[in-house]
Amino acid sequence: MTETTARAAAPARWQDYVELLKPRVMSLVVFTALTGLVCARTPMNPLLAAIAILCISVGAGASGALNMGFDSDIDALMRRTRHRPVPSGRVQRSDALALGVILSLFSVGVMALATNLVAAGLLAFTIFFYAVVYTLWLKRSTPQNIVIGGLAGALPPVIGWAAASGTTPLNAWLLCAIIFVWTPPHFWALSLYVRDDYAAAGVPMLPVVKGAAATRRWILLYSLLLVALALAPAASGLGGTIYLAVAAAGGVVFLILAGRLARSSAGDLTGAAEGLYQVKGPKEARDLFAFSIGYLFLLFAALLAERFIGLPPLVR
Amino acid sequence: MSQPPEGPAWAKARRRRSLAIALALGVFVILVFIVTILRMKGHVADIGF
Repeated sequence: MTETTARAAAPARWQDYVELLKPRVMSLVVFTALTGLVCARTPMNPLLAAIAILCISVGAGASGALNMGFDSDIDALMRRTRHRPVPSGRVQRSDALALGVILSLFSVGVMALATNLVAAGLLAFTIFFYAVVYTLWLKRSTPQNIVIGGLAGALPPVIGWAAASGTTPLNAWLLCAIIFVWTPPHFWALSLYVRDDYAAAGVPMLPVVKGAAATRRWILLYSLLLVALALAPAASGLGGTIYLAVAAAGGVVFLILAGRLARSSAGDLTGAAEGLYQVKGPKEARDLFAFSIGYLFLLFAALLAERFIGLPPLVR
Repeated sequence: MSQPPEGPAWAKARRRRSLAIALALGVFVILVFIVTILRMKGHVADIGF
C-alpha cells in the first residue's frame, strides 16, 4: 500500500473527521443494533442501553475511519471516493488510522464495562473483521468480497441483542442472516453502475471479474433467498402481523425490481475504447439499490414498532 | 520526521484539536463514572441482610 496523501494546503476541519466515521453507515448500524436490543425483550437500564448503542455506533465509526485510512490508495483512484478526507489530502492517513484505533478501544472497553463480555467481544470481532479481513484482504482479492465481508455489517443486531441479554439466540442470528443476504444484491446493484470506478482501482467486484450479466443473475438469486429469509421471523416467534405484511409486500416489490434488473442490460459495456465505457440501462440498478435500503429499514422498523405498541409475535 | 506546518491557521487548528481531545477525554471519564454507578446500583439488591 502506498502513501497517497500529501500535506494539505489548509488544516482539517472537524467535519472531515466526522466524514471519516461514515455517518450514513453509522445510522443504519444504530438502527439495526437498536432493533436487536429491543427484540431481546430483556429489561435493561435505559441509560446503559443508550450507552451500548453509543458504543456500537462509535465502533462502526471506528471501522469507517480504519477503512478510509487503509483504502486511501484505491479511494484516490475512484470518482465516487476520491473526495474523501484522506485521498483529497485534508486528513493524513496516519491520523485517520489513529482515530480508528482509539475509537475502537474506547467503544469495546466501554461496552465491556456497561454491558457484558459477549457484546464487547462481538463488537471487537466486527471492527476487526471489517477493517482487517474485509478491507485489507477480501476487498482486494476476491469477487466474493462483499458476500463474506457483509458479515461485519450484519452483526450489529446480534451485538445489540447480546448487550441486552448476554446471549445470542437463533432469532438474533436470523436478523444477522437477513442483513448478510441483503448485502450482495444491495452492493452489486451499486457496483453495476460504478463498475468502471472499481475496474480503475483494481477492485475485483463481481461485475468487473464476471461481467454484468452474471452479476444480474446473482442479484436475482440472492434476492429470492433474501425475500424468503425475511419472511422467517414471522414463523420464528420474532415478527407479528405488521412485520409479515411489510416483509411480504416489500418482498414482492424487491423481486419485481430484481427481475426487471435481471432482464435489463444494466452495466453492459457498449464501447470499450480505452476505458471510455458507456453504461446502458443503469436505472434498473439504481432503483434496486435505492429500494433495498428502504426495504431493510422497513423490516427492522416493523419489528421495532411491534415491540413498542406491544403487538405479540405470530408464533410464541 | 517532517516539521509540523506553521502559521496562524495551523496553530488555531492545533488548539481546536487539543480542546476536542480534552473534551473527549472528559466525556470518557464521565461515561465510565456513570456506567460504574449504574452497574453498582444494579447489584445492590443482590446483598442479602
